[in-house]
Amino acid sequence: MAWMAWTGPTLVFFSSIGIALVIMTLWEIRSPTRLRRGFLPISTTRGDRFFISLLSAAFIHLLWLGIIGQDVWLASLLAITWAWILMRWG
Amino acid sequence: MIVKPRRDKAWLGVLPVLLIVAFSAVVPLMTVVNYSVQDVLDFNTRFFVGLEWYEATLTDPRFQAAFFRQLAFSATILIIEIPLGILVARGIPRTSKYTGLIIVLLAIPLLIPWNVVGTIWQLFARSDIGLLGVVLNSVGIDYNYTSNPADAWVTLVAMDVWHWTSLVALLSFAGLSAIPPAFYQAAEIDGAGSWQIFRFVELPRLRSVLVIAVLLRLMDSFMIYTEPFVLTGGGPGNTTTFLSQYLATMAVGQFDLGPAAAFSVVYFLFTLLFCWLFYTSVIREDDG
Repeated sequence: MAWMAWTGPTLVFFSSIGIALVIMTLWEIRSPTRLRRGFLPISTTRGDRFFISLLSAAFIHLLWLGIIGQDVWLASLLAITWAWILMRWG
Repeated sequence: MIVKPRRDKAWLGVLPVLLIVAFSAVVPLMTVVNYSVQDVLDFNTRFFVGLEWYEATLTDPRFQAAFFRQLAFSATILIIEIPLGILVARGIPRTSKYTGLIIVLLAIPLLIPWNVVGTIWQLFARSDIGLLGVVLNSVGIDYNYTSNPADAWVTLVAMDVWHWTSLVALLSFAGLSAIPPAFYQAAEIDGAGSWQIFRFVELPRLRSVLVIAVLLRLMDSFMIYTEPFVLTGGGPGNTTTFLSQYLATMAVGQFDLGPAAAFSVVYFLFTLLFCWLFYTSVIREDDG
């Protein structure tokens, strides 16, 4: 795996996404999702909202990096809060 | 009533695809992300730099310029190719003995490799020996795509329209051919004109093929590399340097693997965002 040039932070990052996907799969098996309409302008499933959360998180961080700089803790906090709002009411 | 438990094993069928996608897309993408947070001196000497390359990419004026150029190019070719493709498709006779021949002729530009298309247009548009360049100059239009940015842009857009409108036309023709004749007969009885037939009979039934056409053209034009590289080399100056060309210069020309990896991730995220936004807007219309 050396050719993949792993670093500690990227390992944690991808592991978190992997674990989140496993949890989503188990959640889906236990309680299948239903299409629903929240504050988003489209009907979404739980997986859709998770995907939107990940994409939003990426762009929140990109915006932060482009405008403010490399200290992204606040951006991460913002992304997590937004993801929670999306999953709950999206 | 006893409900039989659902034992749906069909999802096992997608496992081979998942494995192939993991091998060809997910693992390479993860590797690129790993490179994007490191300063790579050689394959064995790397230093963790955090998000430095991302910040450098996003604040790089050349990246920003290439990004807006890319957006302008994709928007321009979509605005031209989609209506033109539909217009061409509407002009193809559906039951003539020449239909097959017309479709084959239309498909020819699609069969030509990208670098050959670039070479064809490079020769065709040259102001000293090219048919297009010589004719335009002889009628008094000062045309030279190697020195004038506007001429370079017009040539690039014309080349892309020439190369890819056929795809939109063929997809639209397939969509039009699937409309039952009864729809046209009903429209005729109602006294609908040509525009009304298009607007209320054809366009709604073309939507699914047009979604595919727009998505294909959007993704492809957003990743365009070979044709502009062969035709203009990104010039004059940097006026036709698009994201992929700038990325290739960074990764292959300068061997800046860390910054190039961060650039690639940002590029990928924007492509993903545009495709998702477009797809979602279509789904939203379907939702009503």
